[in-house]
Amino acid sequence: MNLTLKVWRQSSPNATGRIETYEARDIPGEASFLEMLDIVNTGIIEAGGEPIHFDHDCREGICGSCSLAINGVPHSRENGITTCQVHMRKFREGDTIWIEPFRARAFPVIKDLMVDRSAFDRIIAAGGFIDVRTGSAPEANAIAIGKEDADEAFDAATCIGCGACVAACKNASAMLFVGAKAAHLNILPQGHPEKDKRVLAMVRQMDAEGFGNCTNQYECEAVCPKEISADVIAKLNRDYAAAVVREAVE
Amino acid sequence: MNALGKTLCRFWASSIGKKLVVAITGVMLVGFLLGHMTGNLLVYQGREDLNDYAYFLHHFLHGWGIWLARFGIIAAFVLHIIATISLTRQNRAARSSQYACETTVQASPSSRLMIWSGLTVIAFVIFHLFHFTVRVDPALASLKDPADPSRHDVYGMLIAGFQNPLIVLFYLVSITLLCSHLSHGIASIFQTLGLRTEKTRVPIERLGLAISVLLWIGFLSIPLLIVTGVLTDTEVTSMATPAVLSEPNP
Repeated sequence: MNLTLKVWRQSSPNATGRIETYEARDIPGEASFLEMLDIVNTGIIEAGGEPIHFDHDCREGICGSCSLAINGVPHSRENGITTCQVHMRKFREGDTIWIEPFRARAFPVIKDLMVDRSAFDRIIAAGGFIDVRTGSAPEANAIAIGKEDADEAFDAATCIGCGACVAACKNASAMLFVGAKAAHLNILPQGHPEKDKRVLAMVRQMDAEGFGNCTNQYECEAVCPKEISADVIAKLNRDYAAAVVREAVE
Repeated sequence: MNALGKTLCRFWASSIGKKLVVAITGVMLVGFLLGHMTGNLLVYQGREDLNDYAYFLHHFLHGWGIWLARFGIIAAFVLHIIATISLTRQNRAARSSQYACETTVQASPSSRLMIWSGLTVIAFVIFHLFHFTVRVDPALASLKDPADPSRHDVYGMLIAGFQNPLIVLFYLVSITLLCSHLSHGIASIFQTLGLRTEKTRVPIERLGLAISVLLWIGFLSIPLLIVTGVLTDTEVTSMATPAVLSEPNP
């Protein structure tokens, strides 16, 4: 398979980036998208050029490291997969593919297609945890949790923090990420005591990082590789409103 | 500043706080629109009922009622606009760099037009107030109820005011954009207030669409039936040619 790639190249965080064109020759259909970039990079290196820099780690859809926007869509239009799970057989001979970094002011470009997503880490550090000494693991059934709650919390907890939600949002909003991270603790009894404090702190940090606001277009849930529903955003809104009221009157 | 003041300031400064303001003022404005449309539909009952209704609006609570309602609606309208413009500016800053290949996956056209449909509605509201509330056209301002010359003839004003096809066209475009705004806005209210869940998701979207269609039909049927001559009033239409409309009514 022969393809034309339009790739964002940017030598450093403060350098001006530009789109450059590369020809990808003899790409096997069974190659993953990242393997296709490996093949192209091999050619660039052999020609004495600077390879295309991109984030990757597990290459099996678990770690959330890969972060490319392919033809303007983070990861893929295909539901529930990350960039590393995109296969070249999904493209056609002669296709032109646009490859860009995740676009958001809160995710500055480090180099080429790599972006700094440490804003997410700071949001988690602000409140995405349970603030007690847990000691050794307790007996699993010591605290009874309903099946519906367990399922809802688990669905939210599948977030891998890849940032595709931010990248897909026209406003670069991080509400799906924050909603998922807050929900998976707030739904469970262990997370209840610090629910208000957690939500207020995480939302405050989210705003401080320069993410935009949700305008309920749900582009985030359409590209989420873990198919997290925008219902977690409604829950975050609800929990935030309740926390503000309690903070005001108590 | 006391603790309550600090909480309120933090609430307004936060992304979710401003969105909650937009949602709550949105509820008030949708309520006003439904009430306004219901009152307008009295035009189909005839001159006496519509003029009675208008007289009641101007005289309940000894004339204070309409000003209390106006103050509430204007406050909601202004807060809605201030919060929305502030959020939009933050959103633009959060996504300062755009994709070279910009793509939308599932955002509805009306959701992408929100700020533009909203700004058109502002222009329309100003025009509408000057048209039928302030009545800058003396021909409309001086109409008297034939049954009771001491009160204004709202029925006759509507018939005369919608004789100009250009005015009707402006109403058609503006109300269509208003209803596009509402088709996304009403569902967004539920999401922002945290009421959207797996169970309520579909009913909420249908309710938003149903209210928008209802308002579109209810508001636009009146000017369209008047300009096409279906809804008429012989006393007024005989003198309400565009040339006469620009002259003071003797």
